[in-house]
Amino acid sequence: MKRLILVVLLGGSLLAADWPAFRGGADGRGISTETGLPTEWSKDSGLRWKVALPGRGLSNPVIAGGKVYVTSCSAYREKRLHVLCFDEKTGKKLWERQFVATGNTACHPVTNMAAPTPVTDGKSVYALFASGDLVALDAEGTLLWYRSLVGDYPEVTNQVGMASSPILVDDVLLLPMDNIGDSFFAGVDAKTGKNLWRNKRGQRLNWATPVTFKVGDKTAVLFQGGSPASAVDVKTGKEIWSYAASDLSTIPSSVFADGVLFLTSGGGDVLAVKPSADGKNEELFRARNVTAGYPSPVAYKGKLYGLTKVAVTCYDMEGKKELWKQRVEGSFSGSPVIADGKLYAVNEKGRTFVLDISSESAKVIARNDLDDTIQATPAVANGAIFLRSDKWLYCVGK
Amino acid sequence: MRRGIIAVALSLGVGVGLGLLPAAEDAVSSSIQVISKVGPEGTGNAEAAAAWKTLAKSGPEALVPILRALKTDAPLAANWLRPAFEAIAERVLTAKKLPQSDLVEFLEDTKNDPSARRLAYETLLKSDPTIADKYMPRMLKDPSPELRRDAVGVVLEHGDKLAKTGEKDAAKLAYEKALGGACDPDQVDAIATALKKFGVNVDVQKHFGIVTRWHLATPFDHTNRKGWDEAYPPEKGVDLKATYKGKDGADVKWEATSTSDAHGVVDINKIIKQYKGAICYAYATVESEKDQDVEFRAGCICGLKIFVNGKLLFAREEYHHGSKIDQYIVKGKLKAGTNEILLKVCQNEQTEAWAQKWTFQLRLSDAVGAAVPFTQKEAK
Repeated sequence: MKRLILVVLLGGSLLAADWPAFRGGADGRGISTETGLPTEWSKDSGLRWKVALPGRGLSNPVIAGGKVYVTSCSAYREKRLHVLCFDEKTGKKLWERQFVATGNTACHPVTNMAAPTPVTDGKSVYALFASGDLVALDAEGTLLWYRSLVGDYPEVTNQVGMASSPILVDDVLLLPMDNIGDSFFAGVDAKTGKNLWRNKRGQRLNWATPVTFKVGDKTAVLFQGGSPASAVDVKTGKEIWSYAASDLSTIPSSVFADGVLFLTSGGGDVLAVKPSADGKNEELFRARNVTAGYPSPVAYKGKLYGLTKVAVTCYDMEGKKELWKQRVEGSFSGSPVIADGKLYAVNEKGRTFVLDISSESAKVIARNDLDDTIQATPAVANGAIFLRSDKWLYCVGK
Repeated sequence: MRRGIIAVALSLGVGVGLGLLPAAEDAVSSSIQVISKVGPEGTGNAEAAAAWKTLAKSGPEALVPILRALKTDAPLAANWLRPAFEAIAERVLTAKKLPQSDLVEFLEDTKNDPSARRLAYETLLKSDPTIADKYMPRMLKDPSPELRRDAVGVVLEHGDKLAKTGEKDAAKLAYEKALGGACDPDQVDAIATALKKFGVNVDVQKHFGIVTRWHLATPFDHTNRKGWDEAYPPEKGVDLKATYKGKDGADVKWEATSTSDAHGVVDINKIIKQYKGAICYAYATVESEKDQDVEFRAGCICGLKIFVNGKLLFAREEYHHGSKIDQYIVKGKLKAGTNEILLKVCQNEQTEAWAQKWTFQLRLSDAVGAAVPFTQKEAK
């Protein structure tokens, strides 16, 4: 009841313990403040609920206002796109809305049309699909607006598959649409779906998700790709920050935490830069081989954590050296998340490794098998861990 | 206000007969009209959002009007209308007020839009799962690709079961029946493979409507992808006896070839040579007995332009991101008599081992994916 009252008072807006976007929010930190989270579960135990999904998805669930939103794709050649809403406590399906892909659904078999993670502010949910279909719905499933980005910009194309997730800042929906045709980054009015700005970009494949940070009194957003690292004003799309970094990653996303921008590079390194409005950006360090493959890093309490195909890595930011590597069985598509002093990493076979990272060394305290294909990053909210597979949405918790 | 009251009354299922009350009918109709006007880049979104709210609050009688407005060839508006239908359907299914007979009538009229009929079917299925048994056997040649696919799937599955239990004759019959409706490549391939075990060789190329006979001319210069916008001589008219000056001064002549690949793949590297930074023109003529609407269903691992009877029909410059049958589906026409098809197949200069393929394929089908009637003359 206490929680219900709080939700009502907040009018459906976000709670600190919610998980509203890819890796938890616009800063892409992959960290939850939740405590008392479960550490052990299996396909037969420790689940609050488990519900069937209509199809595949790499997107992680997003949670706000007691609701879990998730996207899926189904049907022949993944032409059918789904946005679903479930009750966080019970798993009851509250509504489902379907759309038909208007863009080409050809993609590499490892990905699919429900690859980008949706984003919510607790009142509305915004879902971008790899086919270029963009949907805005309110918490009750009312369609607020819909756009076919491939209809708007017919040269958009990426038949490997789009996967960058949109983020939401101050009612501006930031749309990362790098591709090898009409490549762009746009700020869309979340209320109307109309462009506030649209910046043309170089033709490239890019699966990184944008990250926001403050530059003076303005909120900057970095959608990395190419060189230099260049961030624009969320409101206007005008460049307000740049840094001469090269070889920026187009797969793992960068992170902003504790005033530092952790820029991922193509080779798995992470470049730590303290951004400054006056252009005097301070390069703090370059951590080598933190990540490999798809997962993005996590910066937490002076350490930088990454995930390779076979290990969790930990870099000590103060000592500027690798602290440890803990072997885990990959491969991993999803990124690690940190909550309750523990690191959770889910491999593609549905095994979650839970690492105690409270000391200077790591200890694997649990290996939890769901025996299911999981490519999505976990979401953590309100005492539970949410995992989505190709077929199921799991809520791990009491 | 009056409209609002009626909308609420309708949503509660109060005072509703088989037809709409005039004001409610007006509200549904005007809402649909507003939604149908949405345009690119969010044009009309605000008006459509307000109309959507009104429409979604309507009662069960709005379902068929929405289906009638939902057009596959107007996908933007269709994706606004579909969730409005779902919102109403969710409510009326819970209240057990689904207008079953109206939806059945809509579904059974094959002149209605294929996507809309599929939506009607799925909604009926939620109310009564047994209708699949009634409709699937009748939909093996349905004009709705999704309905037909499911119907083929049912017969194919039945054939698999019979094959497993050793009922060979019955299994063969089931597979042959499934083939009669199958259009999607995965189903056709599965059926052809199954029938082969019973000694039946399916002419898969013919089933798909593959364009098998081609003339190829290469290499034209595509260094730094500059040939994409360059109209080389074949784009100005094909003369199969001509010799062109190609890349680096090479003499380029037309070379006749044909493909025996089931999906019609033509491998330029194998037939001519593995050029990089080059363009290959592929030319085919097809004979059609009548004017007909056609889907040009192409696949290409590289940049591709399709010209039909001298007009550019399709262009997509993307390299080494996969290729498969039906990768690009483009609506066009064949005229009665001889039709000229010219493909511009562009190879870039990537050096990676996975970026060396240079292939294309083309089939001619109707809107469901079934082969349209055409012939090709022997290459001279």
